[in-house]
Amino acid sequence: MPINAEEVNKVASLSKLELSNAESEVFTKKLQSVISMVELLEEIDGEGVEATFTVAHNRSVYREDVALQANMKEELLARVPETEDGYIKVPAIMDDGEAGA
Amino acid sequence: MTELFKKNIEELHQLLVSKELSAKELTAQTFERIEATEPNVEAFLALNKDHALKRAEKLDNIGIAEGNVLAGIPIGIKDNIVTKEMPTTAASKILENFMSVYDATVVDKVNEAGLISVGKLNMDEFAMGGSTETSYYKKTKNAWDQTKVPGGSSGGSAAAVAAGQVPVSLGSDTGGSIRQPAAFNGIVGMKPTYGRISRYGLIAFSSSLDQIGPMTRTVKDNALVLNAISGHDVKDSTSAQLEVPDFTSTINDGVKGMKIAVPKEYFGEGVNPEVVAAVKEAIKTYEKLGAIVEEVSLPHTKYGVAAYYIIASAEASSNLQRFDGIRYGYRSPEAKNLEEVYVKSRSEGFGEEVKRRIMLGTFSLSAGSYDAYFRKAGKARTLMIQDFDKVFADYDLIMAPTTPTVAFGLGENIDDPITMYMSDVLTIPTNMAGLPGMSIPCGFSQGLPVGLQIIGQPFGEAQMYKAAYAFEQATDHHKKLPVILGGN
Repeated sequence: MPINAEEVNKVASLSKLELSNAESEVFTKKLQSVISMVELLEEIDGEGVEATFTVAHNRSVYREDVALQANMKEELLARVPETEDGYIKVPAIMDDGEAGA
Repeated sequence: MTELFKKNIEELHQLLVSKELSAKELTAQTFERIEATEPNVEAFLALNKDHALKRAEKLDNIGIAEGNVLAGIPIGIKDNIVTKEMPTTAASKILENFMSVYDATVVDKVNEAGLISVGKLNMDEFAMGGSTETSYYKKTKNAWDQTKVPGGSSGGSAAAVAAGQVPVSLGSDTGGSIRQPAAFNGIVGMKPTYGRISRYGLIAFSSSLDQIGPMTRTVKDNALVLNAISGHDVKDSTSAQLEVPDFTSTINDGVKGMKIAVPKEYFGEGVNPEVVAAVKEAIKTYEKLGAIVEEVSLPHTKYGVAAYYIIASAEASSNLQRFDGIRYGYRSPEAKNLEEVYVKSRSEGFGEEVKRRIMLGTFSLSAGSYDAYFRKAGKARTLMIQDFDKVFADYDLIMAPTTPTVAFGLGENIDDPITMYMSDVLTIPTNMAGLPGMSIPCGFSQGLPVGLQIIGQPFGEAQMYKAAYAFEQATDHHKKLPVILGGN
C-alpha cells in the first residue's frame, strides 16, 4: 500500500507528533519501506486462526480493592517539569489564556 | 588489576568469602576499571560510586557467607529499569535526569541478594533498535572492536560485561535485545520465559513481548543471577505463579539422550556462511556429547519480523502516550497551550526511531488498517506458536544461530530500518511465543564472536542451562577474551 506525506502527517497528528517538511519526507520514505515489508503478512491465510495478543500464563488476576496511603506527593511533584503551590503547572489550556475562558 | 576483571562470579565469591578481597575493595576497583575503559567502550549513562561503596562497606561489616554467592558482586542495570538511587532515562531526551520514586522489583531482588549496583547502562532509546545507536546520549562500542556496534538494544549491558567492567548486567529483550548483543560481544545472555521475571519497573516498550534477563561471561553465573531475580510478583499481573527451581542444581547433568531440533529456516538466505559454519560445528559438539540432533521446520519463521514490527509498534504507541511533557522530565519551552505541550514536548523529546515506531503503531491500530495489519499480525503470532508447539512435542530444545551476521560497523545500518530490523530475524520468534531463549559464545568470524541460540520450552530454563553448560565445559570459546580484557 503506497503511503504519501499527507497520510504520514495525519498519522503523526494522531500520535501527537509534528513533523517538519524535511522530516515528513524522510518519514514517508522510511515508513513506506517498513509498510512494504510488513505486507508480507498478506500471504498468510488467516481463515479460522484466532489472533494471539498475549502469551501471559495468567489470564485474569483479581485482588481486593484496598486503598493505600502513598503519601508521596512531594516526591512525585519533584519529577514533573514545573510546579506551583503543590500543583503541576502547565501553560494555559486556551490559546489566549484565562481571558478567553 | 586486569586479572581480577577476568574472574567470574563464583571466583570473585571465593575471594570475598576467604577475605582475600573485601566487597569495598572490589567495588572501588570496579569503578577504577570502569573509569579506565569507559573512553573506549562508553557503556554507562550513570554511575553510583558513593552509594555503592557504602553498601559494600556495610556488607563487609556483616560478613559474606559461603552460601551467599551474589553478595558483594558488582552489577550494571539497563537504563530502562527504574532505580531510586540513580536517574532512569531509557536513553531518551524526554526522560533526561528523571529519578524514579521507587525501585523495579528486579532491583529490589538484586539488592536483597547483596549484589552492588554500580550504574545504569546505555541502550537504544526506549529499547528500540539493534545497535545502541538510537541512544540520545552516546554510542556504546563493541568490546571486541571499537569500530563495531555492540548490538542492541541492551548494547551497554553487553559491552560492559564483555569489557570486564562488571561481571553481570541486566538487560531487557523485546525481540532479541539481550541475545543479539550477547552474541555480538561473546557473552551469555538469557531471555527467560515471559512471566518468569517481574516487569514491574521496566519502562514498557511492548508489554506482551518485553522480558528482563541476566547477561554474564559464563553460563553458571547466568543461572545464579536468574535464581535471584525470578519469581511471582503481585505488582505484575503477567508474572507467573510458579515455584522457581534452582537453575544450577541440574546444570552438570550433561546432554546425553537430549533431543535437539535444528530448524532449517534459521540457516537460510541472509545468514552469513561463517556464522552457519560456527553454529553447525557447535551442534556437532552436542552430537559428540551424546545428544540426538535432527532437522525440523518452523514454517512461519519468515513472517516473524513483519508481525513483530506491527505488534511491538502498536503496543509502543500506546505505552509511550504517557510521555506528554506534563508528568515526566522534558517539556518543550515553546509550548503555548496544552495541545502544544503534548505535541512539541513529544516531537522534541523523542528520537527518529521512536517516532517512526509510534507512528507505525498508530497506523496499524487505526480504523482502516486494524484488520489488515494488527489482527493479521496476531494471527501470524498464533501460527508461529503452533510451529513451536509441534516441535516441542518431540524435542527438548531448539538450536540455531542467534544472529544472521557478526557485529556490523558503527553507522553502517542506521539509515536502513529494514536491514537493522532483520538483525533480529532469528530472535524475534521466541518473544512472539513467550519462550525462553539464550545466546552463548560458539566461535568467531572475522575476529568477532558468533552466538549459538538455544530455545527452550516454556519455563524450561534449567534444561537450557544444562545444555549451555555442557557446551561451555567441552569448548574454549568463552575463554577467548577481547583485547580490552587482556586478550590478543
